[in-house]
Amino acid sequence: MKDRISRRGFILRGVLGGAAVTVGIPILDAFLDENGAAFAATLGGGSLPVRFGTWFWGCGMIPERWVPQKAGANYDLPPQLEPIRAVQQHVSVLSGFDVMLDGKANLPHISGNTGVRTGEAVDTWQAIKAPTFDILISDAIGSGSYFRALDLSLDGNPQTSYSFRNGSSINASVPSPVELYEKVFGADFHDPNKADFKPDPKFMVRKSVLSGVAEQRRALLAKVGSADRIRLDQYFTSVREMEDKLALQLQKPPPAEACVRPNAPVPIKGDITDIGVRKANHKLMTQLLGMALACNQTRVFNMNFDTAAAELRRAGDTTGYHQSTHEELVDRSLGYQPTVDRFAVGSMEAWADFVQTLGDIKEGAGTLLDNLLVVAHSEVSFAKNHDVAGIPVMLAGRAGGRVKPGLHVKGSGEPISRIGLTAQQIMGVPVDSWGGGAMRSNRSVSEILV
Amino acid sequence: MKLRMSRMALAAAAGAAGLSILLSSALPGKPNAVIPQSSVRRLTEAQYRNVIADVFGSGVEVVGRFEPDLRVDGLTAVGSSAVSITPGGLEQYDAIARHIVAQLFAPENRAKVVGCAPGATDPDGARCAADVVTRIGLRLFRRPLALGEVRAGVAQTLNSAGKLGNFDGGLAATLVGMLTSPNFLFRIDTPARSGPAGTIDGYSKATRLSFLLWNTSPDDTLLAAAASGALDKPEGLRAQVDRMIASPRFADGARAFFDDFLQLSDIDHLSKDALIYPAFSTSVAAAAREQTLRTITDLLIDHKGDYRDLFTTRRFAMTRALGPIYDIPVAKPGWSIYEFPAGDPRAGILAQASLLALHAHPGRTSPTLRGKAIRETLLCQKIPSPPANVNFAVVQDVNNPTLKTTRQRLEAHLDDEECASCHKATDGIGLGLEQFDGAGQFRRTEHDMPIDVTGKFDKAPFDGVANLGQLFHDSPKVSACLVSTVWRYGNGRNIQAEDQPVIDDLNRGFAANGYRFMDLVRTIALDPGFYALPRARPAGAITTASATISKRSAS
Repeated sequence: MKDRISRRGFILRGVLGGAAVTVGIPILDAFLDENGAAFAATLGGGSLPVRFGTWFWGCGMIPERWVPQKAGANYDLPPQLEPIRAVQQHVSVLSGFDVMLDGKANLPHISGNTGVRTGEAVDTWQAIKAPTFDILISDAIGSGSYFRALDLSLDGNPQTSYSFRNGSSINASVPSPVELYEKVFGADFHDPNKADFKPDPKFMVRKSVLSGVAEQRRALLAKVGSADRIRLDQYFTSVREMEDKLALQLQKPPPAEACVRPNAPVPIKGDITDIGVRKANHKLMTQLLGMALACNQTRVFNMNFDTAAAELRRAGDTTGYHQSTHEELVDRSLGYQPTVDRFAVGSMEAWADFVQTLGDIKEGAGTLLDNLLVVAHSEVSFAKNHDVAGIPVMLAGRAGGRVKPGLHVKGSGEPISRIGLTAQQIMGVPVDSWGGGAMRSNRSVSEILV
Repeated sequence: MKLRMSRMALAAAAGAAGLSILLSSALPGKPNAVIPQSSVRRLTEAQYRNVIADVFGSGVEVVGRFEPDLRVDGLTAVGSSAVSITPGGLEQYDAIARHIVAQLFAPENRAKVVGCAPGATDPDGARCAADVVTRIGLRLFRRPLALGEVRAGVAQTLNSAGKLGNFDGGLAATLVGMLTSPNFLFRIDTPARSGPAGTIDGYSKATRLSFLLWNTSPDDTLLAAAASGALDKPEGLRAQVDRMIASPRFADGARAFFDDFLQLSDIDHLSKDALIYPAFSTSVAAAAREQTLRTITDLLIDHKGDYRDLFTTRRFAMTRALGPIYDIPVAKPGWSIYEFPAGDPRAGILAQASLLALHAHPGRTSPTLRGKAIRETLLCQKIPSPPANVNFAVVQDVNNPTLKTTRQRLEAHLDDEECASCHKATDGIGLGLEQFDGAGQFRRTEHDMPIDVTGKFDKAPFDGVANLGQLFHDSPKVSACLVSTVWRYGNGRNIQAEDQPVIDDLNRGFAANGYRFMDLVRTIALDPGFYALPRARPAGAITTASATISKRSAS
């Protein structure tokens, strides 16, 4: 039965260091015309997979203290970007790209984020029809690893996620390093460097049980209306993806030289809304994520350093980061809000730490960063008035040699959907334009492309 | 400026929540979203846990993180008709199921749950597998399995047993499959084969009824009533409804409703600054949630009380963990009812720590958040989304030398018309609760200034929460909001124009019968419209059910 379902679901088996790549129904249409060429390109053509991720921080920045003056390479580092100095050669800054509201209300901390992620700002959840760009990318490259994507949040809340297929289908996050460890390196971990490999019949059995579940599809879909049919089909897509995952467990994985199963993390004590504690947790989570990537457990991730409308605080303060962005008076001698500035700098310190940690993982002749593209972004630019013009974006990594790092690109009011479009194209999604309404664009950010 | 603050507060509150909660589902000017009608509802986490305890015993642990429920217009019950299961979510359901099933085969459970094994008369265990799949399938899928389904289950068990080299492993795998099946994870209505068009079959009726009244799947008696066709007859349905409402398990159903209605699950992610509120902790938060639910069932179920009295009651469920928050000694272990004396500011659920702490900042109160939450949940009103370009600097400067209290800081900005429109709605109620700090502890002063808790609700003046609670008690908006919310909860969808006559009828019945929650739920459970397939509810059917209630109350 599994075979019948799979054939209907279209299997593309390519060789990726020996691993089968199985593509489910959702990207069938995307690849029929491509003869798999785009797919192969995505995989870098070599032995190392190219991965993709997002890194999110809340409440943006203070534009005059964050946006570099100089475009191109060796851009200047204003005070809030100073923390990235050590990793500047890996990081591109994309400034001045706008979310365009198209006459819709600017829902604070929401419109900007959906605009960046889906290429269209909406004001109700039912209006979100399009998947976020990380999902479009994971549909294209996520199937060859055990986890199609790892969604991570550091605020302890699994609902902190900005990755969704539509307004009612949101990918819940793993909300702590301890849970991430259990998920990736727990009982089901398939060590790619283990000398002997024997398929475990338990995986075979689990897979055949899921095939049994999948067999119920037709009968159930016949019972329900069209909206329910879409929902049930989403469920059956999830079943198929899980069958594919289990199929991977039955094959000897390709070796991964940088992969070392980490030790279980020791939970960090303290209030996770405190920025110091948050950064320590983030460091731990990043180390685990880096190993999950190096061990080929996933090719796509979404790391949420904090929430939109950042809930970060300093222990003992009545007023947190988000409240400060709106309430703190501009210090006349400094010319900016000093508390807000400190939190924004703290967020950039965490981002620099993230890039450094992944860059420290050696892989092939280079590092993990060489085979990775990370899009970092916030949900506003200047948080005080929820500005969605010039929402800050940064990129890290070379994406298998397809991206030039270390540049500053000025967007000059162009739609921010150009960035989501470019990221998809870099990762091999066959798409020539993306976004909705005024944000529909067919122009890549060509400055960063090799 | 007032509006600005609410908007900020809204965003601040929403910051910790998921996108679905952040995004209002209704367009401006509309109370609720129009979402497609559905005959498929995903089990909520609480429902899943209840079913596992019912079918396998309460000793079986359910461990793992569930796919989060989606709250639509305030209710996860409505969201359950809109969600599916993501790949990550299915992974979680699978892991949870494997952990459950492993426990079923432990020596202390195996005899009770499985109860058979391969033997001389059943060498490969086919009969045993058929028995288990049939028996457990009935409870998990809430209907008898078709012969083909049982055969497939047996074949799968034997096949897996062969691969694994043991029968139990094979049977366990089949049970995991049943626990990850859409027939279990979703409640999917089956149209009736006979009877009036547009209705559902007896087993689907039993399922709707059971989740409404007990928040779990049907028990054996209800399944038998479905099998015999009794649920298709008014007297048979009535007998089951009355049996279930009379059961102690009805309290579980009521708790589930109020947990959803008051959005108490958000307490799981609530954090307070430990330096500012040392009395608050995650265990206090959990106890506060439990306190509210126990206070409600004490009044509405144990005492068959008037819903409106929830806003004036002085009988608070109490436990030792809450002593420091309420500043009272709690000597008794466990839970008991504590009665606050007349004149004490603790009166009604508006004065309970759950709602007060939930709708406040980590380090201070927020009249706007409290007012907004109360307007939206208890009065079913919509507070518009805030505008983006706002400046709160003066409003919330807690160190302002002249504006010492929150009220003063808020009122300093009443002159801004744009802000005032919404803040008049939210802050008035919220300021009436200012004598309770961000953790729900009573205080009389803020920065050494006495706190003024006077205000107006619907043009009527009040001084403090007890007065305010009395105004809520007397407000038809409060009872009407409960009626429409219970209906939406039961039906798993929002009210559309064609439902309004039913709602009007329910409101009349609720008032005529003394605002008894149990009677309201009973009327909904007896309404033939409750068992209609989407878009096919019979018109005018509610009258019968109301008449039934009136007759019963009169007798």
